[in-house]
Amino acid sequence: MIEISGTFWIIFTAILVASSCSLLGTFLVLRRMALLGDALSHAVLPGIAIAFFLSDSRAVLPMFFGAAVFGLITTLLVEIFYRRWRVPEDAAIGIVFTALFALGVVLISVYAGAVDLDQECVLYGEIAYTPWDMLLWDNTEIGPRPVWILGTVLLLNILLVVCFYKELLISSFDPAMAVSVGISATLMHYLLMGAVSLTTVAAFESVGAILVVAMLIVPGAAAYLWSDSLPKILLTAVLFGVISAVAGYYLASIWDSSIAGAMVVVLGIVFLLSLFLAPRQGVVARIWQRLILSLQMAKDHMLLNMVRREEVAQAWRWSRSEIIGAAAVWPPIARMAFASLQRAHLLAIADGEVRLNESGRQRGLQLLRNHRLWETYLAQLGLPADHLHDPADAVEHFIDGELLQEIDAEVADAQVDPQGKQIPRID
Amino acid sequence: MLENIGRFLSLSDANVRFVLLGSLLIGSTGGLLGSFAVLRKRSLIGDALAHAALPGVALAFMLSGSKALPILIAGATLSGVLGVLCIQFIVNFTRIKADSAIGIVLSVFFGIGIVLLTHIQRSSVGNQSGLDKFLFGQAAAIVNDDLKVMSILAIFIITAVLLLYKEFKVLIFDPGFMQSLGFSTRLVDLTLMGLIVLTVMVGLQAVGVVLIAAMLITPAVAARFWTERLHVMILLATFFGGLAGMTGTFVSSLAPRIPTGPVMVLVATGFFVFSALFGPRRGMLARWHRERANRQRESRQHLLRACIELEEQQGRQHFSPQELSAELQWPQQRLERQSKRMVRAGLMQLRHNGWSLSQQGREEGLFVVKSHRLWEHYLFYRDILDMDHLDRPADEVEHLLTPEIITRLENLLEREQVIDTQRIVNIHASSSLYRPGGQDD
Repeated sequence: MIEISGTFWIIFTAILVASSCSLLGTFLVLRRMALLGDALSHAVLPGIAIAFFLSDSRAVLPMFFGAAVFGLITTLLVEIFYRRWRVPEDAAIGIVFTALFALGVVLISVYAGAVDLDQECVLYGEIAYTPWDMLLWDNTEIGPRPVWILGTVLLLNILLVVCFYKELLISSFDPAMAVSVGISATLMHYLLMGAVSLTTVAAFESVGAILVVAMLIVPGAAAYLWSDSLPKILLTAVLFGVISAVAGYYLASIWDSSIAGAMVVVLGIVFLLSLFLAPRQGVVARIWQRLILSLQMAKDHMLLNMVRREEVAQAWRWSRSEIIGAAAVWPPIARMAFASLQRAHLLAIADGEVRLNESGRQRGLQLLRNHRLWETYLAQLGLPADHLHDPADAVEHFIDGELLQEIDAEVADAQVDPQGKQIPRID
Repeated sequence: MLENIGRFLSLSDANVRFVLLGSLLIGSTGGLLGSFAVLRKRSLIGDALAHAALPGVALAFMLSGSKALPILIAGATLSGVLGVLCIQFIVNFTRIKADSAIGIVLSVFFGIGIVLLTHIQRSSVGNQSGLDKFLFGQAAAIVNDDLKVMSILAIFIITAVLLLYKEFKVLIFDPGFMQSLGFSTRLVDLTLMGLIVLTVMVGLQAVGVVLIAAMLITPAVAARFWTERLHVMILLATFFGGLAGMTGTFVSSLAPRIPTGPVMVLVATGFFVFSALFGPRRGMLARWHRERANRQRESRQHLLRACIELEEQQGRQHFSPQELSAELQWPQQRLERQSKRMVRAGLMQLRHNGWSLSQQGREEGLFVVKSHRLWEHYLFYRDILDMDHLDRPADEVEHLLTPEIITRLENLLEREQVIDTQRIVNIHASSSLYRPGGQDD
């Protein structure tokens, strides 16, 4: 017979917890129900405790039943407080889950000596004891009890997602459309809430009632930063969950501490990395995009300034520092923009004097034309003359191709802009 | 047990006095700031703040090796504020929504805190017993030095609220107005947030990070049921909070195994339920009572109007129950119940030839009919509704019309020569003298 080590069972349990939570949690994040999930996982505690005392053991079914009852009570109480008693919704959630959680803690404290359930278990679970909790079948050990419970719950969750994939997808991203094609938003809501209660209870023994919130919400939220497509988000979330399970176990054994807590720390690190490094939604990517954009705008403004000057005085000469100063952006960006114009061969520089060369002038005239056409267009829409410049300034960088043709058609044959300035022609 | 209670209530034990005063301070500052937090729709920020404070407590202990409250509170404040800033950052810089951001920060910081706590517990530094009271709270652990720190903070918080009361009030009820006066709402908002942070930190030791949010939310929401005025609400919330704090301490001093925080929260929840049921105007009982009175007045007025209109049509004053129930489209039982009530109120009489109105009933009935018809005329001549759609809206509103409104309506319609005030006729009747624009046929 192959001997399976305790370490394996602990990590396997952790993986089961993390993946069932992340699968469901993704939907909580997408449907903006994260706080309801948070509340629910706290509020089922008295149900677990009562079932525990009544059945005097960790029998699974009474615990599921107790948690389901209190999950339902939570949802109902929040609804009653919010709709009938007119308490603001977030305050209603706050009152209900703190009250029920307090009840659970008091119950557990009162009966503390009597049963094998204590405050520590509520806080961070007992995943480390998994290997000692073996199920027997015909006098043979068939794996730890939590593995069987969590495995079943994971299968149920996968089944839920697979069976209702289309419904969940539509009602998460477009509730209005979901209603119009006949998907019951209420049914989806209660199905999800039911699944969350079930998963919370299954995970309770392993990771406690509070840390399970992190397992629910964090993987989904992190994955949401990496992708726009639901299947990818779900797979990424589960992957993050699995990573946290494995890395969390080793982190906890290196730095002697709670395994469930360490899993959450790993999830926190995963989220932090996603927050900064995710390809399009990440902070670094966004700063980079913003930098590129402001560089582009600084370049455009430099060309525009020079073309405008030339309109007034053909033989105008600038120095490099004057151009950079007139660009009205942060100087380092302006310097980068100048260098980039130079590299693109749009400037003619001689003896410290800067002029536009022919291609630079063409590009500048094009921009000026965009700007003035847009102003003319806005004036036709009825915007007063002194409100034209700023919106045109904001938009001119983004006008090209098709849009330009449309505006051209719209303000056909305009020769001058509303301020009476010539609109340059491009051949 | 009895001995314990006696010792507690006599206040002879200095430690009991500290603990009671401490929990009074915690509960009342919670209620005070909670009122603002709830009205500003920031109920759950306190929750995130408190959970996020846990790693700060643990780190402060690990770095300083001391369990002195000021050091732990300083650590808690730093990591709590860092948590709130993280929420702001996530919401501002990504597409993740506020609810998820709160959940992420709350649970991840708590996880970090748990890792640190369990590590302290298992390592040789040992003796972490002073720290786990920060989870579910242990008011009994309050000692004289702690009380000094708490009192200073509480006095600071209360003074700040007194000084900035007007600013906070405007911020809550009309931030736009505040900005138009040239005040920075951002600054006031930040100050309020800072005071909420301090309040949470004051209570951390006695209530615990997991449940302290309730000490902000629950007393404030309970107080809201009793009043429409901010200062009354604040005073009541402070009172509820203080009382919940002291009761919680009392109970957990009788049974030390029970942590203080959950008991305080349960007592506060009791106040909430009591207020929600018995609050004078917003309470459930008052609302239920009001709705019942409205329904009864409506039924009474419908019956009165039916009698008057039947009198007009038939030219007699006595009607059989069948006639009345046909006119009203009520089931027989409802008619009978209502009629009996009317008889008791002296509005109707039952004679051998049927039901009829009493003098008093006729007067009230005429007023009801007049209201109904004036209102219909008004809706019709103002072109608000056409003939076919008049009856229902008039029906819904007429019960709410007061004699003053009726007089005004009457004057208005008379001035525009729409009606003859001496005779308000049924606008639906074919014999009506009145047509749009006040023209006769």
